[in-house]
Amino acid sequence: MATAFWSVNVIQHPRCERPSIASRKPSSAFLGSTLKLRFNPPSRSNFGFSETLRKSSPISAISDVFEEKKQKSASSSSSLLITKEEGLEVYEDMVLGRCFEDMCAQMYYRGKMFGFVHLYNGQEAVSTGFIKLLKKEDCVVSTYRDHVHALSKGVPAREVMSELFGKTTGCCRGQGGSMHMFSKEHNVLGGFAFIGEGIPVATGAAFTSKYRKEALNEADCDHVTLAFFGDGTCNNGQFYECLNMAALWKLPIVFVVENNLWAIGMSHLRSTSDPEIWKKGPAFGMPGVHVDGMDVLKVREVAKEAIGRARRGEGPTLVECETYRFRGHSLADPDELRDPTEKAHYAARDPITALKKYMIENNLAKEGEFKAIDKKIDEIVEDSVEFADESPQPSRSQLLENVFADPKGFGIGPDGRYRCEDPKFTEGTAHV
Amino acid sequence: MAATFQVLGAATGLFFSGSFDPQRLHLPSIRSVSERRTGFLVVRSDGHIVSSWNFPARRTQQFITSSIATKANEAASATTSKPGHELLLFEALREGLEEEMERDPCVCVMGEDVGHYGGSYKVTKGLAEKYGDLRVLDTPIAENSFTGMGIGAAMTGLRPVVEGMNMGFLLLAFNQISNNCGMLHYTSGGQFKIPIVIRGPGGVGRQLGAEHSQRLESYFQSIPGIQMVACSTPYNAKGLMKAAIRSENPVILFEHVLLYNLKERIPDEEYVLSLEEAEMVRPGEHVTILTYSRMRYHVMQAAKTLVNKGYDPEVIDIRSLKPFDLYTIGSSVKKTHRVLIVEECMRTGGIGASLTAAITENFHDHLDAPIMCLSSQDVPTPYAGTLENWTVVQPAQIVTAVEQLCQ
Repeated sequence: MATAFWSVNVIQHPRCERPSIASRKPSSAFLGSTLKLRFNPPSRSNFGFSETLRKSSPISAISDVFEEKKQKSASSSSSLLITKEEGLEVYEDMVLGRCFEDMCAQMYYRGKMFGFVHLYNGQEAVSTGFIKLLKKEDCVVSTYRDHVHALSKGVPAREVMSELFGKTTGCCRGQGGSMHMFSKEHNVLGGFAFIGEGIPVATGAAFTSKYRKEALNEADCDHVTLAFFGDGTCNNGQFYECLNMAALWKLPIVFVVENNLWAIGMSHLRSTSDPEIWKKGPAFGMPGVHVDGMDVLKVREVAKEAIGRARRGEGPTLVECETYRFRGHSLADPDELRDPTEKAHYAARDPITALKKYMIENNLAKEGEFKAIDKKIDEIVEDSVEFADESPQPSRSQLLENVFADPKGFGIGPDGRYRCEDPKFTEGTAHV
Repeated sequence: MAATFQVLGAATGLFFSGSFDPQRLHLPSIRSVSERRTGFLVVRSDGHIVSSWNFPARRTQQFITSSIATKANEAASATTSKPGHELLLFEALREGLEEEMERDPCVCVMGEDVGHYGGSYKVTKGLAEKYGDLRVLDTPIAENSFTGMGIGAAMTGLRPVVEGMNMGFLLLAFNQISNNCGMLHYTSGGQFKIPIVIRGPGGVGRQLGAEHSQRLESYFQSIPGIQMVACSTPYNAKGLMKAAIRSENPVILFEHVLLYNLKERIPDEEYVLSLEEAEMVRPGEHVTILTYSRMRYHVMQAAKTLVNKGYDPEVIDIRSLKPFDLYTIGSSVKKTHRVLIVEECMRTGGIGASLTAAITENFHDHLDAPIMCLSSQDVPTPYAGTLENWTVVQPAQIVTAVEQLCQ
C-alpha cells in the first residue's frame, strides 16, 4: 500500500492504480463493524445495498456498485441515479462553488481579501453531495476550507463575499473572515481555524438534537449534524475522542472526511500509519465507508444512507471521500510539492464535467440548460463582488460589541457603573 | 403579606419573600450610589428575580440598587425571611444546580463521573437518578472533546454545565476554552451565544501533589470573552452557581478542594448573586485586603490577630476574577489608601499581578504605599506537608505584611 513511503518527489499514489485497493479485501463494508455489542446494522436500506455488499466484500465495491448502476442506467432509463431537477440543482450548486472560489482567487490577488484563504476547487462533489440532502435545521460544521460549505447550506453568496472582504454586511459582520463562516439562520456552525476544533462542536450540536428528542421530548426532532474535515485531522486526538462519544451515545452525526491526500505539504501517506481512514469507523463501532469523492452521484448515494441512519437514530457514520483540491492548500501556497501526474489524474475527474457528461448522456438535460446555469451563476458571483465592494467597512463602534453576549461581562468600572454603559464603549474607543 | 426585601450589603446579597411592593424598589441610595443606576437583578412583579441582559441596559426597567459595600450592620428594614437552612458548600452548589435544572430543562451537566458516581466531590450527587443519564452525562475521559461538545451544545440551544474533575484537567481543554468558548460569539458576529458554565475544584489541597494542586485562574484570565468567578462560602457558592448558569456569557466557576465541607446557614428563599461584584467581608479603615477563595479564610484568621494588635483591616473577597469589580475595590482604596492582595495564585502572571496593575492604573493617586501582593511561590506544589505549607500564604505572613504596610 504505502509503497512510496520514503519517496518525496514522485509519490505513486496507490489510488492512481485501482487494483491495489481492490486486492486488499477489507473485512468490513458499509455495515461495517464487527462489534456485535453496540452496532445494529440498518434493517432496511436503499438499493439493496447490504445485499450487494455482503456478497462482494471489498469496500471499494461501493464504487463498483455505482459503476454497475451507471452502466445499467445508461441503457435503461428506469434506474437513473438522479432526476433532472435534482441533477440541475446539484450542477448549479457545484458551479456556484467553483465559480465563487475562482473569484476569491482573483479578488485576493487584487488585494480585496487578505490573510489565509483556502479554496475548495475540485472538492465540490463532497459539499454538494452531502449538504444538498439536508434540511435547514440540520447543522454543518466545517474547517477553514468553508466557503463552499456555507454556500451549499444556503448562505447567500453576497454575505460570504462581504465577509471575505471584511465588510460589515458579511455573515459574521466582518469579524470572522475566510476561516470563520457562521450562520445562525442556515445553521452553519463554523468555520474553524485549528483543525479538529470543530469536530467536538459538531458532536455537541448532534448531542443537542438527541437531547431535544429524548430529554425535552420533542419527538419529531431528527436534526442531523455533518462534520467536515480533512485527512490531516484524522491523526488528531479530537477526531478519535469524538468518534468514541458519537458512537457511544448514538449521536445523529455524520463524520465526513475530505481526504484530498495533502495536509499543506504533508502527504497523507507520510503522516498516517494506516492511510485507510474509513477503517477507523468500525474500530469505534460505527460503519466506515469509502467513496469516490470526485463523483457527486456516488457521494449523494452514500450521503443519503448515512444521513438516513442518523435521522433514524441509528447513530453516526464515518465517510471517507476520496477527493482532491485543484489549487494549493491556500492562496499563499505555491503548490510545488505535488506531482503534476497526480494533479492531471484528478483534473480529468472533475466532478462538474463528470456530472454534466452523465446527464447529457442520459438525456436528462441539454447543453443549453447548463450554459444558462453557468451564466446565472456568473451573474450571482459578479453581483456578490459588487455588493461586497460597495458595502461599508465596520465602524469603530463595532469593536466592542459581540465580545460578550451579555456585555455586563466587561464588569463594573471605578465609577460604579457597568462599563458597557460608558458611551465610549458604544463608540468603540473604550479600553477593555 | 408584607412585601419586603432586605438589602444586607454585599456579604449577603438579596433575598425576598412572597410578593413585594414595587414602591419599595426605589430605595433612597444607601450610600451615594444614586449614579449607580444599573443593578444586576430585576425583580419582576411576580416575584421572580430575572436578570436584565439587554444591551444597552434599558433604563426604563426597574432596577434594584445593588447591594455593594455597605456596612454589614446597616441591615435595613426587618425582614420576614425564614430562618434558612444549614448546609455544606458542596451541598449548596448542588442545591443551586438542582434549582436551575428544575427551572430550565435545557440545563444539563457533563463531566467525568458526574452521573452514577455523583461527582468526585459529590456536587452532582442524586441528580442523575432524578434527571436521567442524558441530562447528567457521564463522559469518557476526553476533556478537550467533551468541553467542545458542551460548547457545541450551548451554541445550539442548551445550557451545559461542564465539570472538570479537577480544574487542572481542564488544561487539556484549553484549546476549546480559549479558541471556541471565548471567541465564537465574536467571530460569528454575535450570532451564536455560548451560555456554558465550566466549573471544578482547583487550588492547593492537602498533599495532592503538583498536578492536582494547580490554580488555573491565571492561565485563563487573558482569554477574551469569558468571565471567571471564585466561590468561597456556601452562600456565594449557590448564588454564583445560579448566576453563572443564567448568564448568557461563558463563565468559569472556580471552586476550592478544601472548602467543600464548609458549613453555613443560607436562606430558604431563592437568590442569585451578581457575577461581576465583589463581596465586603469585613469593613475597616486601615488597610484594604483583597483576596478570594481559600485565602479568604487565612486572611480572616490573620484579621483576628490584627484586630487584637489594634489594626482595622477591610477585607474584600473579590469573587469576580475577571472582570474585577473596580467600584468596590476602588471605594475601599479611596478610604484606606493601602492595599494588600492575598492570593493562592502563582506570583508570576497571577490574578494578583493583574489586580495590582488595575489598581495602580485606576487609583494610583489614592495610594499611600506601594501595593503589596502575597501569592504562592512560583514552585510546583510539593507533596511533603511542610513544603506545601511554605508554598502558600499563611496567616502569619499576612499579619507581617499588614504591619509593614501600615508603618
